[in-house]
Amino acid sequence: MNKSERILTGAELLWECLIQEGVEVVFGYPGGANLPIYDTLTAYRDRVRHVLVRHEQGAAHMADGYARVSGKVGVAMATSGPGATNLVTGIATAMMDSSPMVCITGQVAATALGGDAFQETDITGATLPLTKHSYLVMNVEELAETFREAFYIARTGRPGPVLIDIPKDVQNARTAFNYSAEPINLPGYHPPEKASDEAVTTALDMINNAEQPVILAGHGILMSHAMEDVVELMEQASVPATPTLLGLGTIPASHPLNLGMMGMHGTACANHAIQEADLLIACGMRFDDRVTGKLATYSPHSKKIHIDIDASELNKNVRVDLAINADLATVLRQINPGIRKRKREAWVTKIAEWQKDASQRDILQMDSPVLMGGQVIRTIWEGTPEDAVIVSDVGQHQMLTAQYYAHEHPHTFITSGGLGTMGFSLPAAIGASFHVKDKEIWVIVGDGGFQMNVQELGPAVQEGANINIAIINNGYLGMVRQWQQLFYEARYTETPISSPDYVKLAEAYGLPGYRVERREDIPSAMDSARSHQGPALIDFVVEKHDMVFPMVPAGASLHEMIRRPHPKHATIEVGK
Amino acid sequence: MKQVLIVLVEDKPGVLNRIANLFRRRNFNIESIVAGHSEVPGTTRLTIVTDEEERLRRNIIRQDLLKLINVIEVVDVTEQPCIIREYALIKIKSDGATRGEVGALVDMYRGRIVDVGTRSLVIEVTGEPSKLDSIIDVLSTYGIIEIMRAGKVAITRGAENPADNGGLHLWKNSRGKAVTANAHKEGKVS
Repeated sequence: MNKSERILTGAELLWECLIQEGVEVVFGYPGGANLPIYDTLTAYRDRVRHVLVRHEQGAAHMADGYARVSGKVGVAMATSGPGATNLVTGIATAMMDSSPMVCITGQVAATALGGDAFQETDITGATLPLTKHSYLVMNVEELAETFREAFYIARTGRPGPVLIDIPKDVQNARTAFNYSAEPINLPGYHPPEKASDEAVTTALDMINNAEQPVILAGHGILMSHAMEDVVELMEQASVPATPTLLGLGTIPASHPLNLGMMGMHGTACANHAIQEADLLIACGMRFDDRVTGKLATYSPHSKKIHIDIDASELNKNVRVDLAINADLATVLRQINPGIRKRKREAWVTKIAEWQKDASQRDILQMDSPVLMGGQVIRTIWEGTPEDAVIVSDVGQHQMLTAQYYAHEHPHTFITSGGLGTMGFSLPAAIGASFHVKDKEIWVIVGDGGFQMNVQELGPAVQEGANINIAIINNGYLGMVRQWQQLFYEARYTETPISSPDYVKLAEAYGLPGYRVERREDIPSAMDSARSHQGPALIDFVVEKHDMVFPMVPAGASLHEMIRRPHPKHATIEVGK
Repeated sequence: MKQVLIVLVEDKPGVLNRIANLFRRRNFNIESIVAGHSEVPGTTRLTIVTDEEERLRRNIIRQDLLKLINVIEVVDVTEQPCIIREYALIKIKSDGATRGEVGALVDMYRGRIVDVGTRSLVIEVTGEPSKLDSIIDVLSTYGIIEIMRAGKVAITRGAENPADNGGLHLWKNSRGKAVTANAHKEGKVS
């Protein structure tokens, strides 16, 4: 035996592995099948922090939020059975948004597997389609190598969640601990790197000869650290860019060539530009149905270049002329030196016209006696430093945050994009607060989503998470209500939703709470919230019947947007 | 044309489940799937036949399979020269009166009678799927009791191992030696 090797239990070995992987914080919940892990935690407390959540879904979202702001692997822990199944929504959320995460679940003893023991669930089976990879560790000797592989798989290539299920007897079994420093060698896993010379030449030809090109800026830019390379391409070749929802912040909102978000609730300008483009350069995005609208009429005149690290995304939804399966930053560094400098004045002028049109219809000009969600979010933007981290939930306020909060920096906008998980924002922000220490964190959440994981106010207070919670409270499940109004003849079935008194709720949990009903009171409430060290909550009571515009109805072409009525002829129903 | 995929995977628990799950999720139909040890210890080679006709969807199947961590290489041999064989056990009604006649038929197909009962025969036959279809058709005149077909197995013609384009050669060379995960891209194997 090597001198550096020590004999450890599986449970001890687990913490040693996490330390080796640089894990600083674990979000979890103890139970029968992971008791050995929790029992040994005491010996590792000085090196790993554990956050006790109130529901395992919260643990998964916290790990996800932490991963998204830090770029590191987030770790969530749960017991077997219901503990493990409670993680599932959080795992699916991370999978859809390519968030690096390792979930560790306790399992009934290996000898009892498959026998329907108390709190037994086949969690590797249940999460099979929701994880990038998963392990059921039957042997303590395999535990360390499993952890090494799991972290490697989670953070490399297209990142994603990896689950490790550890039977209780494996946690108790003993083995020599030796964390290998050898490179991981998985015969079937080789994330691609460079583009071929031929692909680079073709791409350059296409870009240099395009008259009306548009860059589609996706989440992959963040994960590949290609922010500067994309901006260089934009500026050298005068190519405007439009981010996806998760691409917000990859290029500064203030950049004159940034068209704003694309898609269902994107800017009219971005959608028109995509539809009239003669070249799309898709960077680390996956042509989700929410950004393409009707595929048959999507950007009909353009040639398309698609760069993605995941080969299975290429030609999946949109047929492209040049598919490059490689790391985005590497590809752009191959392409950029060959870019011909161009001004493209005609194209830029055309786009500037569309941009003007959108701003005229903006709700910010509207003089309304009640608060409008968009106004609240714009005022939050005005009152926060540009590097503030904004964590939004899912629904109308999420789209309003995308539209009215100008995201300048990478990793400052966190939201559940692909899965659209209500209840994501509060735990994700708590998770983020363990990495972001010197910036403001704001949760923007609807009254529906807030009530889905409201129990996580517990750990927010217990851990002193420095987050500000802005509830955009319209008394409805607003986005569903909007669809009912537009497409179901205004039959508001089960979308009106009551709320507790959030100020009292805050008080009960031990955090300051404020209620704001007038526009002029927003800044002072914000000041009160942020001056408090630890969590604080503001309940913004807003217009019930507001809608998010523009909107491309599901299945319509991208240019067929429903627009907000011009302010002069505003017909928005106000008050009730 | 049926899609024929040769898939090399790590021999680990749950791999077949992961593969089957991909097909289920997209509602692709697996016509047959055959698995067995390959020439490399620790790996399994599968032949998967699907009824997918469209080339782009076939490519999606291949890319989705490749995305699985335990899948080493996927070769779509649908349009490549390859040998495809199938094995079948066929139980038919037959007594002393027809046994000789059946025996002669089976010989023509280079099959074998492997079990004889007073009122039944079991016939073993190997060959191209169309040959199996043909003998089953011929034997059906006697009355078929049961058929067990083993699914198609495929191998490419020529001296190449298509999996050598993937990571397998690297893995073979690297047993017990340090190799970076992307060394094959740089051509470095230490």
